[in-house]
Amino acid sequence: MAETTKMSRKDKKALKERMKHLKSGKLERRYARMGYIFMIPWFIGAAVFLAYPLGSSFWYALNNIRITPLGRIFSFVGQGNFTQILIQDPDFMIYLVDYLTSTIISTPIIVVFALIIAMMLNMKIKGKGFFRLIFFLPVIIVSGPILGMLTAEGAGSISAIDTQSLTSAISSVLPDIIAKPISDVFNNMITTLWYSGVQILIFLSGLQKIDKSMYEAAKIDGGSAWECFWKITLPNLKSMILLNTIYTIVFISNNSENPIIVLIEESMFSGTKEKGYGYASAMAWLYSVVVLILVGLFALLLATRKDQYEKQVKRAIKARKKEARNKKKIERRNRRNAKKIERQRAAGKITTHTTDRSDY
Amino acid sequence: MLGSKDREGFLKQFLVYALLICIGFIYVYPILHMVSSSLMTLDDLLDSSIKWLPSSFNLSNFEQAAKSMDFWNALWQSIVIAGVPTICNLISCSVTGYALARFDFRGKKIVMGIIILSFVLPSQITMIPTYVLYSKLGILNTVWAFILPALFGQGFKAPIFILIFWQFFRQIPKALIEAARIDGAGHFKSFFKVALPSATPAFITVALFSFVWYWNESYLTELYIHGVYGQSEWTTLVVQLDNFAANYSSYAQTATNAATNLNESINMAGTLLSILPLTILYFVLQRHFVESIDRTGITGE
Repeated sequence: MAETTKMSRKDKKALKERMKHLKSGKLERRYARMGYIFMIPWFIGAAVFLAYPLGSSFWYALNNIRITPLGRIFSFVGQGNFTQILIQDPDFMIYLVDYLTSTIISTPIIVVFALIIAMMLNMKIKGKGFFRLIFFLPVIIVSGPILGMLTAEGAGSISAIDTQSLTSAISSVLPDIIAKPISDVFNNMITTLWYSGVQILIFLSGLQKIDKSMYEAAKIDGGSAWECFWKITLPNLKSMILLNTIYTIVFISNNSENPIIVLIEESMFSGTKEKGYGYASAMAWLYSVVVLILVGLFALLLATRKDQYEKQVKRAIKARKKEARNKKKIERRNRRNAKKIERQRAAGKITTHTTDRSDY
Repeated sequence: MLGSKDREGFLKQFLVYALLICIGFIYVYPILHMVSSSLMTLDDLLDSSIKWLPSSFNLSNFEQAAKSMDFWNALWQSIVIAGVPTICNLISCSVTGYALARFDFRGKKIVMGIIILSFVLPSQITMIPTYVLYSKLGILNTVWAFILPALFGQGFKAPIFILIFWQFFRQIPKALIEAARIDGAGHFKSFFKVALPSATPAFITVALFSFVWYWNESYLTELYIHGVYGQSEWTTLVVQLDNFAANYSSYAQTATNAATNLNESINMAGTLLSILPLTILYFVLQRHFVESIDRTGITGE
């Protein structure tokens, strides 16, 4: 009985192996091809509203475009627009550096803050619904003009908290380049916090997906809440952290209050000879490349770092596999040796101990 | 005091509540500030002894702000501009998400890559050619500038919605679709009769977020629909708020009754008016908002 099940399992394995090499059947392929029909709207959209604008945007960036009553006049300038932006534009580089420092500083703050709020909301507290209601409100109402209006009227920072002493303390300790963005973050505390609504939502649903029994097991083994956080909560939320980081960067970068985006729009509709569509396109390309690099850096920073436990588990699995392989090897060798001995004995070359004994 | 392992201690609970209330206060502070200063008269505003409570309940700021924003017209147009593309988004993104979840066609991975890339890419890069394209197609300064891309799965933040639908349709057991196939349903029938009805939570989530994001988008609305110099008659509340100062001064000139100069109270009243519809919507539908996220697993893997 045991033999047959073993055989069938082996057969199944072999079948699976063979299936991998086999091409899927005609029916399967026809079925898969139906996917294209469902994708048609997206393909059209991607071609017309994504690929075409992207391509022509690059072409625009290489040209100087002037709008005349007769139409748009293109004159090819090659990399001229780019060098002009990088070398001559008084604002672009300053704004870009400001943008980079403030994004690099405020992104971790927003993500960490969102995580803390999400963890508190995930606790057993009374009035959970009420607090949720408050913390998700910014998701609904946050938009460029409203934020602009609030900061303009001084509602973007809290007068009740004295940020002045805090910022002066920071700027006395740190050099000016680092101190300024940090004090900016404190000065615009509310807008920073308001950016974290969606992130809280994402973290919260991530927290609810973690298996409760893991915490129970840790508790039985004597783990404190602190250890539970570092060894259960955080590793389980790793992908959420990456997602939130990317979302935060994209949100900050594409916000219409962002000075670089305002600059791009200004140069797009500026009447001067050297600016215009081409110049603005070049600026948008430069900016996009910077944003993509930033996103890539953060993704690399968060994605490649495997935690210690995963590594250990992997190592253990590897070791176990190696052991199994060795065991098999030894078994095989034993079997081979046994057969060899059998054959030699049959040929009468060896007189083994037992035969010796039977002779007696 | 700090509690044992099984029970939360008093001090700890107190701390959590205190923190939540403090941070919650910071969250609603701008709104409170808005409400209080929008109710103030000019005298209250200048009186330094009045900080939060205005001396009288004064609604004239709202009246003036609403008139200068052309509130009812802008509200109606906002609903159209946010609502119609949302419906288009629902159609196109659900179809695309279904295709990605159900079929193993060639080049699927490339398509997924493009979708993710188009989410990360700043919209500014395609903005100018898109502007030219729309003016060539003759849809610039009309609502079609939002409807057409949305209909073809390239709407505002569409990649997120496609991923939500993809995530959701993947969870539907394959056996369900196969059973429908055996019973003689074609691909479209099994999509409409089996997949769609079970995806209601995803539809609610996408509809809510799409509506809210379209509503709050000021930049693209201004560029494509309102017109940079206000060429078209289409406008939204958020766009009106963005141009509030200009709108107000032109209103104040034409107004017959003596309108006061633009001040903080009127500014805040305008801001409050522009967020009011969505806030009401949110309070009515808040259960769906929060729960739908949990059910759809918006978060991916």
